[in-house]
Amino acid sequence: MSAMVSVPTVARIAANVFKESVRDKVLYSIVLFAMLVIAASLLLSQLTAGQEVKIIKDLGLSAISLFGHFIAIFIGIGLVSKEVERRSIYALLAKPMSRTELLIGKFFGLLSTLTVNVTVMTVALVVVLAVYGALTPPDLAKAWEAPATDPRIVVAAFLILAELAVVTAIAIFFSTFTSPVLAAAFTFGLVIVGQFGADLKNFEQVVESAPVAWIARGLYYLLPNLAPFDVKSQFVHAQPIAPSYVALTVGYGALYVSALLSLAALLFSRRDFK
Amino acid sequence: MSAIETHALAKDYKVGFWRPRPYRALDGLTLSVEPGEVFGFLGPNGAGKTTTLKLLMQLVYPTSGTASILGRPLGDLEMKRRIGFLPENPYFYDYLTAEELLTYFAGLFGYKGEDRAKRVGRLLDEVGLGAERRLQLRKFSKGMIQRVGLAQTLINDPEVIFLDEPMSGLDPLGRRDVRALILRLRDEGRTVFFSSHILSDAESLCSRIAIVAKGRLMSTGTLSDLITAQLKGWEITLENMPQAPPESHAGVRGVTAIAAGRYAVDALPASDPLRLVRELTANGGRLVSIVQVHDTLEDLFVRQVDQASGTDRFAQVPPAAAAGGTR
Repeated sequence: MSAMVSVPTVARIAANVFKESVRDKVLYSIVLFAMLVIAASLLLSQLTAGQEVKIIKDLGLSAISLFGHFIAIFIGIGLVSKEVERRSIYALLAKPMSRTELLIGKFFGLLSTLTVNVTVMTVALVVVLAVYGALTPPDLAKAWEAPATDPRIVVAAFLILAELAVVTAIAIFFSTFTSPVLAAAFTFGLVIVGQFGADLKNFEQVVESAPVAWIARGLYYLLPNLAPFDVKSQFVHAQPIAPSYVALTVGYGALYVSALLSLAALLFSRRDFK
Repeated sequence: MSAIETHALAKDYKVGFWRPRPYRALDGLTLSVEPGEVFGFLGPNGAGKTTTLKLLMQLVYPTSGTASILGRPLGDLEMKRRIGFLPENPYFYDYLTAEELLTYFAGLFGYKGEDRAKRVGRLLDEVGLGAERRLQLRKFSKGMIQRVGLAQTLINDPEVIFLDEPMSGLDPLGRRDVRALILRLRDEGRTVFFSSHILSDAESLCSRIAIVAKGRLMSTGTLSDLITAQLKGWEITLENMPQAPPESHAGVRGVTAIAAGRYAVDALPASDPLRLVRELTANGGRLVSIVQVHDTLEDLFVRQVDQASGTDRFAQVPPAAAAGGTR
């Protein structure tokens, strides 16, 4: 593994991933579907008197997160494995670049795509919320815990993006040494396990066996803990989201991504492309 | 300094799922290619040609042995700036246009702005894709992709060019163009290392060749060294013969009637052709010509591939290598 990473090389690889992925029709289908779900939240909210705006926010952010996960996993697992399978990696690796630069470039390329998608979906949600807010009589709107267009939606969307960065790194990590199908299965598995990080931490309080408690504690540190990235509840219920909490969560995400990409680069640098 | 040098380069792949066994794809390849040479790396399918190129490009790592390109170790980034590589049956990104792909690759070499745009345009024109430059690659035929592959190989004006089966997928016109391109690269003083199983390509292009079969280097040298060294016999043409020369005559391998009184005599290489002519024309007849019959590249190739075909590549792996990993 090359110790030196050239930023211009990484940027060019990332730009190419971005260019390729934004032309992929699958991406548009996912984003369009997410927009439909966000729009549909307007209808669903009518079923719950007095909770409408909460439902729109909750469903909208869930849709952004869910469809963001789809993009991160499905494009993420293909970023490296497709290059290997279709052998486009052969000509690419003959160029003056290291395999590490290729992986990092792929990561940032998909992260750029995700940033654009999360932004587009968030703007769609804000528009839906603004329309709903404008159509609601002011006396009814007064009963809401937070205004329809709460600027903290940016924080919630930013943390979703940070979570997607971790998911992308997981997908890339697995795709460096397994088939796309297995990489998708492993990534889904880890993402689901990642939602229950707090349970693993508290496992020692419910089991008496010390070794089991240690294993649970070890897994807690090893597996990704994705629950802290989800601040939907705080956002919907107008509870405070401290900047220090955001910084700590994003810092954790950055560390996890760095560790995963380093490990992926190590495995990838030894791989034979038969 | 050689342009390309390998020393006892070997590669084992593990085959089998439950009980993986090492399969020797390349066995102790030692060769050197000098600057400015067009070097043909010949062998049948599965001989180890692509494995050798993958080893040189560090797409796979050797089990043992060493190699260098332009005096630098494999994988060296400065060396990679000075080489070009066309993989066998290349594949690129579906959603990019030919122009975008070349722009991307040129960017990886640090070319920018006007210089990059000119370079890309010139190369696409050279490989005959000037009109299709803005078409997405997924709409390209196999032959067109091969042309894009050639263009990307030359994007950095490489000193050493590696071409894995460059004629693959090309129609006769395309093959002629590639042959002309290789000769032009040679005239420009570049080193071309190309693998092929098409012997006529090698005969018309190469200054030196190597023949590999079953993962082993069978022979290497200039075409004239390898072929003229093997005298196959003499073809003696006689006319006005009163009767057919006897096939049982000492030194004669066969006789073919060409026309009335005219015969072609196939004589053994060890025979003295002039003495044979005197003996055969003792009762009349006249010598038309004596021609040396040499081995063709095809004869040499077939013989060497046959020679290698008795070997079992699983059995060749020494116990120490068999116990080791794939690297």
